[in-house]
Amino acid sequence: MESQLSKSASLRSDGPRNGVLKLAIAGRLDADSTGGIWRESTRLVAAARAATVDLDAAAIDYCDGSGIALLIQLRRLQQKNAGRLEIHGLRPEFQELLDDWAQGSAETGQSKTKVRVQLAEEIGRGAVQVWQDIHELIAFVGQLGLAMVKAARHPSTIRWRDTLLIAEEVGVNALPIVALLSFLVGVIMAFQAAVALRQFGAEIFVANMIGLSVLREMGPLMTAIILAGRSGSAFAAEIGTMKVREEIDALKTMGLEPVRFLVVPRVLAALAMTPVLTVFADLLGVMGGSVVMMSLGFPLITFFHQLQLAVSYGSLVGGLVKAFAFGILVAAIGCLRGLQTQSGASAVGLSTTHAVVSGIILIVITDGIFTVIYYYLWV
Amino acid sequence: MATDDTIIRVDGFTAAYDGLVILNQLNFDVCRGEVFAILGGSGCGKSTLLKHMIGLYPPAAGTILIDGHNVTTAEGGERQRLLRKFGVMYQSGALFGSMTVLDNVCLPLQEFTDLPPDAIRFIASMKLQRVGLGGFDDHLPSELSGGMQKRAAIARAMALDPQVMFLDEPSAGLDPITSAELDELILSLARSLKITFVIVTHELASIFAIADRVIMLDKSVKGIVATGKPQELRDHSENPWVRQFFSRQPSADNPA
Repeated sequence: MESQLSKSASLRSDGPRNGVLKLAIAGRLDADSTGGIWRESTRLVAAARAATVDLDAAAIDYCDGSGIALLIQLRRLQQKNAGRLEIHGLRPEFQELLDDWAQGSAETGQSKTKVRVQLAEEIGRGAVQVWQDIHELIAFVGQLGLAMVKAARHPSTIRWRDTLLIAEEVGVNALPIVALLSFLVGVIMAFQAAVALRQFGAEIFVANMIGLSVLREMGPLMTAIILAGRSGSAFAAEIGTMKVREEIDALKTMGLEPVRFLVVPRVLAALAMTPVLTVFADLLGVMGGSVVMMSLGFPLITFFHQLQLAVSYGSLVGGLVKAFAFGILVAAIGCLRGLQTQSGASAVGLSTTHAVVSGIILIVITDGIFTVIYYYLWV
Repeated sequence: MATDDTIIRVDGFTAAYDGLVILNQLNFDVCRGEVFAILGGSGCGKSTLLKHMIGLYPPAAGTILIDGHNVTTAEGGERQRLLRKFGVMYQSGALFGSMTVLDNVCLPLQEFTDLPPDAIRFIASMKLQRVGLGGFDDHLPSELSGGMQKRAAIARAMALDPQVMFLDEPSAGLDPITSAELDELILSLARSLKITFVIVTHELASIFAIADRVIMLDKSVKGIVATGKPQELRDHSENPWVRQFFSRQPSADNPA
């Protein structure tokens, strides 16, 4: 039986007869042409379970690592079947390669033992990891607090140039996206509220709802979430890459504390920019609401009059206090995740993801805490 | 001088970044099966030349032929065929950190051949054993030492049995013993598999141990200042800078 399995290699088989399977391989055995021969020959040898496989290799014109691997694999299969492989006519240069590779493939190093992890062990490991994470978070908060106090006492030690550049990236460059999203959220909320309030002829109260919800909740929240997605992730990626490239170690050995050098400027920049962005988001959100009110037939002056009746300075200040907190959280968690980066390119991606996820979770938790506090303070 | 034995031909090659010429009018040939080293001081354009030779950057002028194919103009199918002819080991190893060592070596075989999956794993495992990394199949690159990462990178570069291997600073950052082991591996692969090696290095011990022929680049002339066997250049070169390089003497105008 002869099969032309590729353009440049062919396999012929005969038997098994009297415990001997005859194979003949001809042509070029390289990475391109070995695939078909590999499937067919290993199938034949495994199925035949012959005491001897007689391989005629005289017509092999070329044989590289893939071809040699096939010959070694055929020999191994025969050894597994308690048989033997006899190769005839293999050119001396290929025989030399075969001997060389066969010797190499017999060597073994230290194999990595795969340990099967039980469910209970996995839960335990997870719990320990969460505890370690909390421990690191607390330690980081302490370090950051200390660095911020030192920075307040000695403002000249702050890297102002870095801080301003980061502030530009965090604040000015984020204006378009904050403006677009806040305006659209204002429009959407106003439309949704108008649909419900129309049933009671109370569409004028859309202004109250927009004013309160944007200033107290949506403005700070949208700004913080955009900050987490844009800047928190960028901080984690930037510091994470520095960690992978051993730049953080270099800072430490130069006597420069990474928290002071890298984290403080980022936290200060976010602290300064988040309230500013929040005010901007509040304005655009309210503008979105006003556009909807005008489309419903209410003059602008009526909308603003109603807005003035509904919102107080407390609403605005309450929102801005939250924005301060969100800014610190997002920047700090982004930097922390960056500093926690392990080795490898994928580790930076993982840190970035963790920075955004942790940032958003902390924002929502903190928002909940503020809501309860404001409720009791009648803000 | 191109002969039948020539596998790489660099002809009138000029490299420039933003109009600044780094290397000017280089001409040399690399013969089949030889270990060819590109030497020179820091910043002379060794790695630049290597990166142009593997087609990462287009030259400002000239041609680079590998086995008769022009690296600088090959496109589509011709480029794919050309890329199969050579393997590259980068200075850092450039192993994919998210994949195990075995998966790193399997990748080219999976992408470019129709070998069955078990054959691919077998071949990749064999290549790792060939470079002395048998049993490290399931390790991540980050779990290996620098020397082991470089050997794994060589195994990946030779996954498809290329005719030419380009190595960028293979001994950089390695201890003398590991470096010597790597030299032995390169020599063994060159002799047993008839692979042509083009190596960028400035490790003198490596050069004398493995290089059949070297070219020396010098940034002051933006080109080649010497070509030949390393021992001949060390002992008989007429260029004082070349002798100085091989004897590791400090520069006269830079006594430090």
